Amino acid sequence: MHDGGWVGRSVQRREGSDKVNGKLAYIDDLSLPGMLHGVTVRSPVARARIRGISFGPGVPWEEVVVVGPADLPGPNVVKLIDVDQPLLADGEVRHCDEPILLLAHADKAVAERARAAVVLDLEPLPAVFDLDAAIRGDVVVWGKDNLFREYRVAHGDVDAALSEPDVIVLEGTYETGAQEQMYIEPQGMIAEFDPEHGVTVRGSLQCPYYVHAALVALFELPPERIRVIQATTGGGFGGKEEYPSIIAAHAAVLARKAGRPVKMIYDRVEDVMATTKRHPSRTVVRTAVRPDGTLVALDLDFVIDGGAYLTLSPVVLSRGTIHAAGPYRWPHVRLRARAIATSHPPHGAFRGFGAPQSVFAIERHLDRVATRLGIDPAELRRRNLLRQGDRTAVGQLITEPVDLDLVLDRALAMSNWTETRARFEAENGAGGPLRRGLGLAFFYHGAGFTGAGEVHLASVAHTEITAEGRLRVLAASTEIGQGTNTIFAQIAADASGVAIEGVDVVQPDTEFVPNSGPTVASRTTMVVGRLVGEASRALRVRLVEAGLLDDRSDASDAFAAAARAYVARHGVLRTQASYRPPEGIAWDEKNFQGDAYAAYAWAAYVAEVTVDLRSAEVRVDDFVAVQEAGRIVNPTLAAGQIEGGVAQGIGWAIYERVVWKDGRVRNPQMTNYIIPTAVDTPRIRVEFVPPFAGDAAPCKGIGELPMDGPAPAILAAVGHATGTEPVAIPMLPEQLLTILEESRHGAR
Amino acid sequence: MAHAESVAPAPAHPEVAFVVNGAPAAVHAHPMSRLLDVLREDLHLFGTKEGCGEGECGACSVFVDGVLVNSCLVPVCQVAGARIETIEGMSAHPRLRVLQEAFVRDGGAQCGICTPGMLMAAAALVQVDTDADEATIRTALAGNLCRCTGYVRIVDAVVHALAELRAADAGGTP
Ligand code: FES
Ligand code: FES
Repeated sequence: MHDGGWVGRSVQRREGSDKVNGKLAYIDDLSLPGMLHGVTVRSPVARARIRGISFGPGVPWEEVVVVGPADLPGPNVVKLIDVDQPLLADGEVRHCDEPILLLAHADKAVAERARAAVVLDLEPLPAVFDLDAAIRGDVVVWGKDNLFREYRVAHGDVDAALSEPDVIVLEGTYETGAQEQMYIEPQGMIAEFDPEHGVTVRGSLQCPYYVHAALVALFELPPERIRVIQATTGGGFGGKEEYPSIIAAHAAVLARKAGRPVKMIYDRVEDVMATTKRHPSRTVVRTAVRPDGTLVALDLDFVIDGGAYLTLSPVVLSRGTIHAAGPYRWPHVRLRARAIATSHPPHGAFRGFGAPQSVFAIERHLDRVATRLGIDPAELRRRNLLRQGDRTAVGQLITEPVDLDLVLDRALAMSNWTETRARFEAENGAGGPLRRGLGLAFFYHGAGFTGAGEVHLASVAHTEITAEGRLRVLAASTEIGQGTNTIFAQIAADASGVAIEGVDVVQPDTEFVPNSGPTVASRTTMVVGRLVGEASRALRVRLVEAGLLDDRSDASDAFAAAARAYVARHGVLRTQASYRPPEGIAWDEKNFQGDAYAAYAWAAYVAEVTVDLRSAEVRVDDFVAVQEAGRIVNPTLAAGQIEGGVAQGIGWAIYERVVWKDGRVRNPQMTNYIIPTAVDTPRIRVEFVPPFAGDAAPCKGIGELPMDGPAPAILAAVGHATGTEPVAIPMLPEQLLTILEESRHGAR
Repeated sequence: MAHAESVAPAPAHPEVAFVVNGAPAAVHAHPMSRLLDVLREDLHLFGTKEGCGEGECGACSVFVDGVLVNSCLVPVCQVAGARIETIEGMSAHPRLRVLQEAFVRDGGAQCGICTPGMLMAAAALVQVDTDADEATIRTALAGNLCRCTGYVRIVDAVVHALAELRAADAGGTP
């Protein structure tokens, strides 16, 4: 079989040259003739009855297109897991910045004036922001008990293990805050409506078919009359997974009423205040461990704040639950996980999707266990790492020949772990305002949808050859910066034998590309890339069968010549590949047991920090990120994913704090919600160890993996530097100052 | 789909004339219009991006008379007679093309939305200090936010471009 050797090489990003010349059209760079500008009137309060809406003076209201719930063509529902969330609040608002009314005008400034002139008559209702108050049901804002979803996992006898005489029991509570995705391109859409042809939307989005499904449900039109086109997208990180469906629906209903195209672009403040963020979490962990560091029992209670509507919280909770025990052997496990309704704006998808929250808890906890036992934190992990033949906490058998010692050893070697720790301890002992520390996190991340999710998605990818002898890849996977276009081209070139320059990856447009599922869950390369490979290989087989191509030929122009001949003789040739579940994979959703993910990537991250005791400022001086992620298609792009994820993890740990007041974001600007700059991030040293399954190993997803490790590693390093045990993020100087003061008082 | 049509010039507004990427340009715009909007909406130079509109992200960076500015903070009345350079003109400068090529090679652009502004900031450094070390480079880029890359490959690209330029300078190549 032909192998062009493109996979495994750092092929340059396909759209790189256009990007460095500013040539690509992002959504705000596009316009349509006669286009109006749409804006959204939002609730200033968290929960209220809408008594009335009036239109204040100073606005030519006869020129303004106004859309309320009564103007929707179909059900007033955001189609996700549940149907509890309206597209426009009707009668009652349930969170701050919930959309109430839509306006459009040809002049953006007039549209803005109109937005400011709308007067809402709201009768406040009790709201709930505190997790405990919501759990107690002090105020019930959802269902009968504010409980979106609960999962339980149990095996062994945790209670008995915790009361064994020779174990050390340690309990702790770990908290993580909301995090804003802060893609540099805010969200936006342009919609057109034509009574005959239906709806067309273009926009900044990750999942064309999510938007498509939302519009089909809203307009109650046949699928072929809804068209969704991805514009060049300036980052997503999960933030453009579910919310774009709402903006697309809003723009489309305005366009329908106006009879003209409508553009809706959020500015930064609106984007931060209204769209989803990472779920805040609280985890209570209780463990029983033998004096030699052997883990015996884990009793863990994981709670996330889902906000006012259910949205994707059940799946975020599920991923968080499955990752909560870490890549360790636990003879006895009891996990309880809950997603709770509050009056916050709904929290949603953000790189890692629940796993970073629970990984933070378990990794911080194991560090504290190590301190209690007087065992090196790396050594404690090593003694308990999963091996081939072990089972995860949800009972998944590890069939892969994993060598997690190798991953750990590389991270320790690259960070010079033992010597550096000893040196820092000696230097810190000498006093002085600057303290240094080294901290570790070990973790795994499952790629693809959880459990039977991929089966339900039933993804499809197409490839075809053109009259010019080119190969076209048709998939719904979006390029959002991670390198989809380039990676698909590499895979298609290798599988078909066409030269990589002869591959076109078609921009996702539901009129042309099949449903390959969403661009989420680290699934693009692993799941859809595989389909692209299969479909491309099938093209080659068809050309060989047609007698136009010698399968042994690896001349780069042979495929193109055969393809041209084929199309000339028989017309277009298109092949498709559909997802087939790996054999022997089974997930029991009811008992939360079984094969949760088709593949896991494994990683050990080490952070080196300096803490200035005077200002309580933390600097990350060095960062080592070692992982096994199967076969790497494009080392430069893969490392870029890890580096970007690590930087976001650094932000989540020590810079990024969402300030809430009465359920509203009070720091919705880049000036007061601080993401790391080039001087706040260290050189991030990335290494991929050789695939455990050998050189022919399949790819594993890596997009989300790097989000899991940085925060616990950095807090461990701060703990090492200062002799404290920080357990909550974000840990900005004011939080660390409190910890340092408390530890000084405690020491007295 | 066409790029934005010109917003009909409000005749009440005075003309502002300046030079963009070497070519003369004139617009009728409210004197307090943001340079960013004038570049994008009146001149259809969409390579300059808006990430925050308040001087924090640097996505809108351009040169005005050789000085790096955030075009979202500059009223157009301030650039009358000025020389403005945007990303669209960068590849005309051989030394800056070296920088652009390094960005592509090293993976300095992921989603690309920060890239024009980032390249402008890097260009400002390249023009004054080809000996810049990594810390200097990072400081020079600190006014430009990137959420995708973790900056590693952006910094690498600048390091490599500077090395190339130094080598060219030493070898006498223009
Ligand atoms: S848009 Fe000008 S600095 Fe962000
Ligand atoms: S490449 Fe996406 S923000 Fe920098």
